[in-house]
Amino acid sequence: MSENTSGGLLSPVVDDDGAPFWEYAAQGELRVQACAAPGCGALRFPPRPCCPHCHSFDSAWRRMSGKGRIWSYVLPHPPLLPAYAVQAPYNAVVVELADAPHIRLVGNVVARPDAALDSVDPARLRIGAKVQVAFTEDADGRAVPRWLLERS
Amino acid sequence: MATLKDATAIVGTGQTPFAKRLPESEKTLACRAVLAALDDAGIAPSEVDALASYTMEETDEVEVAKSIGAGDLTFFSKVGFGGGGSCATVAHLAAAIATGQASVGVAWRSRKRGSGPRPWKNTTAQLPTPAQWTRPFGLLRPADEIGMLARRYMHEYGATRDHLFNVALACRNRANQNPAAMMYDRPLTRDMYMNARWISDPLCLFDNCLETDGALACVIVSAERARDCRQKPVYVHSVAQGLPAQHHGMVNYWNDDPLTGPAWTAARQLWKQADFGPDDVDVAQIYDAFTPLIPLSLEGYGFCGRGEGAAFTEGGALESGGRLPINTGGGGLSEAYVHGFNLITEGVRQLRGTSTAQVPAAATCLVTAGEGVPTSALLLRS
Repeated sequence: MSENTSGGLLSPVVDDDGAPFWEYAAQGELRVQACAAPGCGALRFPPRPCCPHCHSFDSAWRRMSGKGRIWSYVLPHPPLLPAYAVQAPYNAVVVELADAPHIRLVGNVVARPDAALDSVDPARLRIGAKVQVAFTEDADGRAVPRWLLERS
Repeated sequence: MATLKDATAIVGTGQTPFAKRLPESEKTLACRAVLAALDDAGIAPSEVDALASYTMEETDEVEVAKSIGAGDLTFFSKVGFGGGGSCATVAHLAAAIATGQASVGVAWRSRKRGSGPRPWKNTTAQLPTPAQWTRPFGLLRPADEIGMLARRYMHEYGATRDHLFNVALACRNRANQNPAAMMYDRPLTRDMYMNARWISDPLCLFDNCLETDGALACVIVSAERARDCRQKPVYVHSVAQGLPAQHHGMVNYWNDDPLTGPAWTAARQLWKQADFGPDDVDVAQIYDAFTPLIPLSLEGYGFCGRGEGAAFTEGGALESGGRLPINTGGGGLSEAYVHGFNLITEGVRQLRGTSTAQVPAAATCLVTAGEGVPTSALLLRS
């Protein structure tokens, strides 16, 4: 298993709508965009300029507990970009948030926040498994979420 | 209200050879396919006044038109979302011709995906996906993105790798009958499938389409004009595009029901405009960049109920003589992967009666474009 979590991995190319997510991540907080219009408050992900329900352009970023369950996962094998190929096969997961099951985040289940993408035995992954968010810094110094399996 | 129903017909098809590597440029291959389609139709290139292709097509209308000696163009259109646009190229031309905007339309796709670069290796291109939320985590390729939906589908409905193998095998068996197919002389066995290397577990090598150099084209004219053409007309009975509410492209993980894809939206419109339904389809050409797209599409287009797509593949249902023969030229999995255009031309062959895996007396054919992205579909009839 490879040592380094971040060398050469792609850093998020952040857009205006998504920037707050990454800024909160840098503070160790998992936040999701929510409509700020009175009486709406619908969560939405990925972030976008206006609320598809009430069409308000006002939004806030609501803190999540960071708890979730694995909704699905894949184990990519080469051919891959070089930094990913050296860790392959690794896992990529979709996590549905306990606070809002229809908000789902793509990520990786790892043994420790800064561990490699292949640091968890794939045999331990299953749909429905409980996970908890943690944050690590990628090679560009950007905080990115990772997921730790909860003991069951 | 005006209708497109049977107002236009496909009267010519053309293609280049399919191979991992062809020496000629995409532009040259495009011109060869377009000219072959016009020759098949018996229509002079100077009569072409409409063109349609994909936004990912790299030879533009100016290049094609001046190279083939087209006349003055009065309609040209490009459709987005990769293979999701295949059937829409025909649909746009059908609409243009039915409304008098043009009279002879050619749709085409030319691609050197066999010898050229893999699109996902371009790390700076902003693909039409919310890449910041997926790619840093190693969800890099279409196979990874669809693999994620595939595992969830298998989990929810008890689908197995044997169901995906049924899809791969049906396509390979038809390719083994089609001398133009890249896999013509390469039979597939269950043992080969089950022991193949993974690409993105749960998808193995044989769940993925081919990498192909090649080009195809077809010619569309009014039904009236079609009666005077060289080939038996294949009528465009119904067309649809589909981009569902709250859809997110190939990473469709963020709506209430990610397993209900664009096929469902396209299907509602397609059947609403048609004189027949799924039970009346003699043969189908279903977009098969990845095997799981077949069960998902079988459900979306109404051949079975939600969650029943995998079971539908059992008992040779997709094979010749089965309940719904599919991808009778071999499809993207085993004939050629040219963003689904070979599914359109194979649909035409079936309704002309000239397929290498002819369904006896086939009179209706469904052709679909890429599922999992904003898509499109055609119902063809003879």
